[in-house]
Amino acid sequence: MSDVPVEARRARIVPALGRLATYVLVVAVLWGAWEGYKWLWQTTGWTWPFLVDDTTMPHIHDILNAFREPITEGGPALIHPLLDAAWFTAKEALAGFVLGAVIGFGLAVLLVHSRLLERGLLPYVVGSQTVPILAIAPMVVVGLGSKGVEGWKAVAILAAYLTFFPVAINSLRGLQSADPRAFELMDSYAAGRWSVLWRLRVPASLPYLFTALKISATAAVIGAIIGETPASIQEGLGGAIVNFNQYYSLQPTALWATNIVCAALGLVLFGLVALAERLLLHRAPEHVA
Amino acid sequence: MSEYSDNVVSIEGLTKSFRTGVTAVQDIDLDVAPGEFVSLIGPSGCGKSTLLRIIGDLVQPTSGTVKVNGKSAHQARLDHDYGIVFQDAVLFDWRTVAKNVALPLEQLGWDRARRRERVAEMLELVELTGFESSRPWQLSGGMQQRVSIARALSFDPALLLMDEPFGALDEMTRERLNHELLHIWEKSGSTIVFVTHSIPEAVFLSTRVVVMSARPGRISDTIEIDLPQPRGPQTHEEPRFFELVTAVREALAVGHGARPGAAAAAEEQ
Repeated sequence: MSDVPVEARRARIVPALGRLATYVLVVAVLWGAWEGYKWLWQTTGWTWPFLVDDTTMPHIHDILNAFREPITEGGPALIHPLLDAAWFTAKEALAGFVLGAVIGFGLAVLLVHSRLLERGLLPYVVGSQTVPILAIAPMVVVGLGSKGVEGWKAVAILAAYLTFFPVAINSLRGLQSADPRAFELMDSYAAGRWSVLWRLRVPASLPYLFTALKISATAAVIGAIIGETPASIQEGLGGAIVNFNQYYSLQPTALWATNIVCAALGLVLFGLVALAERLLLHRAPEHVA
Repeated sequence: MSEYSDNVVSIEGLTKSFRTGVTAVQDIDLDVAPGEFVSLIGPSGCGKSTLLRIIGDLVQPTSGTVKVNGKSAHQARLDHDYGIVFQDAVLFDWRTVAKNVALPLEQLGWDRARRRERVAEMLELVELTGFESSRPWQLSGGMQQRVSIARALSFDPALLLMDEPFGALDEMTRERLNHELLHIWEKSGSTIVFVTHSIPEAVFLSTRVVVMSARPGRISDTIEIDLPQPRGPQTHEEPRFFELVTAVREALAVGHGARPGAAAAAEEQ
């Protein structure tokens, strides 16, 4: 009798352990590859494609140690200003992400209802993404700054600029993705445009939307980080990167530590989207993109 | 004249040509009386699916008239006179079985309590009680098609349009669903227009089989199916059943026997 719950528990725990083991293994392999490369190049004296030393490739444990050490004499451990910066950038990225997602999805809804608008507007939507964000950032930041808009809000708009595009393109596809007979079915109920949108198009588009949101989640973080530079915002991760870049030769580990925090921020945002997807989507497994 | 009849469907001089120049159906005259079960049968490309869609106001005819309950097909669609079942169930993945059945009821503005009551009735009718909160993709093909039938019947439409509803199912499931459909038809008293490729299926189910020929699609023959009701597994054994199957088969052969290439022609849709 008691076998059943034990079996059931084992059925849950064993795969979980397996996943954990995979994570640990991947980290261990990456760690080993980094340190192995460093050791091999240093002992053989190879310099191709670049010179390997503690400046170009600091030890992993030195990078991790850097989190605990203060960046200035007597100051707080590096992890504290980095977390503050991450929080600041997260705010920009999240605001931009939400704004961009709303604009992108709204644009897709508009375009799906008008072939004329789709033909007329889509080239500009695509064109907008070929302009590098570095060229747009100063215009947005300076332009909005002159209107008295706070710097972080201008940066959020840059993050939105990177977010809206994948959302618009994928949502447009998703809104058109339902079976043609499903549209006939709605027609046979004499369903109006809004009803078809709400009951058919939007639910059918959600797997596409979430795929786009996952791409956009990381793009929004990059947009926020890059946007901080021309905005001369010091409080965020972009500011931290510019700052630690200047001291790289003295303290390379600080920049590497910052990079890890940037990556973690992107992962957190990505994870939030993936979590929302799991909670909201009840599609056939093969339909979940 | 047809305005004075009480036919559910009356079609006069109906022709549909597509912009490509293909004439899908030509000179169709067809009346369907209340409570009839009419099958449209014919080779691929004879326009039987197009004819069904014209009746349902999903495709517009080039000329001729279609009246449903004395109204234009368009008005009938606005009045929710049609229940439609396709070859695939076309269930909404993101809805539970119960909510799929309730879809047309939501569209008609039924309140929640009334919807729930009707959904329970319909699921009982198609023998899927207990699957209310299942997802469509958790059901077998036959069960999915039963949900789609429940959905089509949920709002008591005057006319049920079925486009090869069992064509994608295996033979055993198909036969069982044929029996169930007859049972549902007897209980609900609905009028059904049914498109099929299968001669025995058409004979078994229908009160009348309309035989069509291909390119352009015309009605080449109409065969009354005088098998006694109610029908069941024993019907398949009756000599009259085989006679009628043979009659339909011969009518089909006459319909397109002169043009052996017609069957190979691509479906017009």
